[in-house]
Amino acid sequence: MSSQITWKFVLIGLVVLACIFSLIGFPPPTSLTALKQTFADRIKLGLDLKGGSHLVLQVQVDEAIGQRCDQTVDLLVKTLHDKNIVVGNVGRLDDTHIQVSGVDPTTSGTFRDIVTNQFPDWIMAPAAGVQNGYLLTLKPSVVADLRRDTMEQALETITRRINALGLTEPTIAFTGRADNEILVQLPGEGDPTRAKAVIQAGGQLGLALVTDDQVFPSEAAALGAHGGILPPGSIVLPGKNDAQGAAAGSQVYYIVARAPIVTGTDLQSATTSPSSNNPGQYQVDFVLSTAAASRFGPFTRANIGKRMAIVLDHKVQTAPTINGEIQDRGMIEGNFSEDSAKDLALVLRAGALPASIKYLEERTVGPSLGADSIRAGVRASIGSLIVVMLFLVIYYRLSGLNAVVALILNLLILIAFMALVGAVLTLPGIAGVVLTIGMGVDSNVLVFERIREELRNGKTPASAVENGFNNAFRTIIDTHVTTLVSAAFLLLFGTGPVQGFAITLIIGLLANVFTSIFVSRTIFDWHLTRMERQEPLSI
Amino acid sequence: MELFKNVNVDWMGKAKYFVALSLILLVVGWASIIKKGGLQYGIDFRGGTLIYVRFAGTPPIDQIRKGLSAAGLADSTIQTISDNVIGNSQNNDVVIGLERKGQTDENLDADRQAILNVLRKTFGTSDQAGKADFNATTRDQLAAVLTQKDPLAAGVNATDRYNTLATNLLASRDKDHGGIVTNFDALKGVDGVTPAVIAALNGSYALDSFTIRDVEVVGPKVGSQLRRQAILATLYALAGMLVYIAFRFEWVYGAAAVIAVFHDVLITLGFFSLFGYEISLTVIAALLTLVGYSMNDTIVIFDRVREDQRLMRREPFKDIVNKAINQTLSRTILTSGLTFLTVLVLFLTGGQVLRAFSFAMVVGVVVGTYSSFGIAAPIVVLWNKYRGDGNAVRAGSAAEKRVLAAARR
Repeated sequence: MSSQITWKFVLIGLVVLACIFSLIGFPPPTSLTALKQTFADRIKLGLDLKGGSHLVLQVQVDEAIGQRCDQTVDLLVKTLHDKNIVVGNVGRLDDTHIQVSGVDPTTSGTFRDIVTNQFPDWIMAPAAGVQNGYLLTLKPSVVADLRRDTMEQALETITRRINALGLTEPTIAFTGRADNEILVQLPGEGDPTRAKAVIQAGGQLGLALVTDDQVFPSEAAALGAHGGILPPGSIVLPGKNDAQGAAAGSQVYYIVARAPIVTGTDLQSATTSPSSNNPGQYQVDFVLSTAAASRFGPFTRANIGKRMAIVLDHKVQTAPTINGEIQDRGMIEGNFSEDSAKDLALVLRAGALPASIKYLEERTVGPSLGADSIRAGVRASIGSLIVVMLFLVIYYRLSGLNAVVALILNLLILIAFMALVGAVLTLPGIAGVVLTIGMGVDSNVLVFERIREELRNGKTPASAVENGFNNAFRTIIDTHVTTLVSAAFLLLFGTGPVQGFAITLIIGLLANVFTSIFVSRTIFDWHLTRMERQEPLSI
Repeated sequence: MELFKNVNVDWMGKAKYFVALSLILLVVGWASIIKKGGLQYGIDFRGGTLIYVRFAGTPPIDQIRKGLSAAGLADSTIQTISDNVIGNSQNNDVVIGLERKGQTDENLDADRQAILNVLRKTFGTSDQAGKADFNATTRDQLAAVLTQKDPLAAGVNATDRYNTLATNLLASRDKDHGGIVTNFDALKGVDGVTPAVIAALNGSYALDSFTIRDVEVVGPKVGSQLRRQAILATLYALAGMLVYIAFRFEWVYGAAAVIAVFHDVLITLGFFSLFGYEISLTVIAALLTLVGYSMNDTIVIFDRVREDQRLMRREPFKDIVNKAINQTLSRTILTSGLTFLTVLVLFLTGGQVLRAFSFAMVVGVVVGTYSSFGIAAPIVVLWNKYRGDGNAVRAGSAAEKRVLAAARR
């Protein structure tokens, strides 16, 4: 055997070994179960084969921008008040615009200075059609920063919450499809209801003073009790009536200080325990950080006898009376089962979401469907493989065996490469394997038909093989390029399972170029050297 | 064995039959599409809720319908689906669909929960018995319950043992029993199971007579977004291939190939409507693949035409094309035959999830093959005749033509 052919076989042998070891690991496992385990570990299965949930969340970043606007309005009002600048009205027009009207012309210079120096994120311009009015617009660069920061904070918070749930190998990332979408993949979750609730929970905790001890049956009644205007720095919040008796549990409204004395970020820990007041239920116990405790202690001392509202996501959870000074402990009650108390504690520990979340898409594949899909996919692959192999050997005889070897090597390289780069195998991906079997054979057929033609024209086996490969080469490249173009676009535009299909097809086609041209040729060359002088080529 | 030794068919003469066949298929297919009010999109593109349910016995459709109506979900669709086209198809699977036009995203989750609640109330015994449903439990939940009940008196490595036991029990439920266990005794043969374990299961779990196989919820905005992306992807892919072929051959070859591929996609869509399949994301993947496949087929013929042109300069273009097709016929039939067989196997045994995908491929392979010599090649021949010169338009790259033109001067 010529040295050139020997080297080619060595190369092919190395490729085969590399593939086998990337699949079963090096050193190779000794038992059958260990082998199956390594195999299962190396090949990453998509959610449609493993079972699990695929969720697409949309973060409502506009809320965060609106919040910033509100905060600015408050701060502006306070600053102007402190500096004794009189204005008519300061109000929010929309998420990114504030309108100030009725600025006294004599003080307008000072007003403009204040805005320029202390509110650099805003662009000031005279408001058209408003007497002595100014329009403040949030700078686009600031808006962009705010959007990005909100998304990152949302991603971090959601990641913390999901990790705290203890699920296996979740994926949490930006989808890349739009700038406010997050993708969450939870393998193995048969029912994602609990995870979805935990992800979506606002988690904003605030402890604030109740400024009016009365509870009101409606918002209008609350306003009415104060002559239509709330006491400064207060807001109306809904809650459940915690009085005993017939009215217990009905919807009521509290008047609460807008600025909480302690928020969720001040928590040092949050745990659950069986409820002391309501047997059978659970409560969430929290501990404040030292810094917060130094605020909370004096606050409770100064307000003994008044009520304190525990506000969760803009709803009053409970409003117990302050009976004595509390340094750093507290509890949240409210009809919690063990699971919901645990989930609330988890959410408080992970932190509040900067904006609310909407679910855009959910696909949950149950484990039984996943198992069925694997079985069907493997069955189809083996079935088509057998059909093709039989045909090749019957139609092309010994050369057919050549094609079969190339085909098997093609599949081996495909699967090994996917395991190596950690590509995910989905059900359409298995279809891609089946297609690789069908379309990959095309390369061999092109060459073999050409060889047959050359033989018919009277060429010797050696030159027939040479011409066959040379002529077919260009066509093989052309056909592979066109299919690769479609697969590339599928990879760019597709979602999970479709991308899995595109990846299998691309890798399969690239491996096919190697096996149908290099490997088949080498086997032919070797066979030619071993043939008798007048022996016809078995094709 | 050799099937196509010396073929000599006048393909261009028969071109009119292929064009006629294509016209008939197009008309029939698109008449069906128009009658059904447009292309039938799957949930990926329409938005909505789909829940795949498997029942222990024959699905009680009427009960399901009544239950859904009572919950205000009367406009949901219920369909039985079968897992395999041939072989043992258990028809115990049902898909419940709810599409609310103009729906906002908030209510989608409510829809899903509402359907699940109806199923649990109507068919679930677990709620009444106050126990959890074994057919819906997860591995961690099962392991926790077993650890608590401790039927194996496991001792020190209890967590590990019960984790493994839970995994084995659920693997048996999902792989051997298709996701529904009707009687705990069926699990007797599982590795590590003792009568005490069965008793513990009996005491802690009930068995609902259904299991949720798959849930798909897609917001309407996402649906239209995906649709736009899919169309864009297809158009870009076609444009990319047009450029590549125009560069390798000549622009009229590129145009002919693209027209042929377009024709393939239109006929396949027509078949989809005729047979009632829905267009989902995986179907788009199939369409793009068959675009690539049909291009392949056309390129093989064009390649041969280019080669034969150099050898047969004096012959009429029509004859050159005929010869090229005849020479590549064996390869064409073999490859399309083998590809057809493989996707046919996929269609028949690949399961319900891939059914629409493999149907597109089955139709696409056949149409894509004959469109190469029935549509694309005749277009190029026609263009030649129109140009007036029998062998004027040569298939060659632009650079080649410049050299030849320079040599002629």
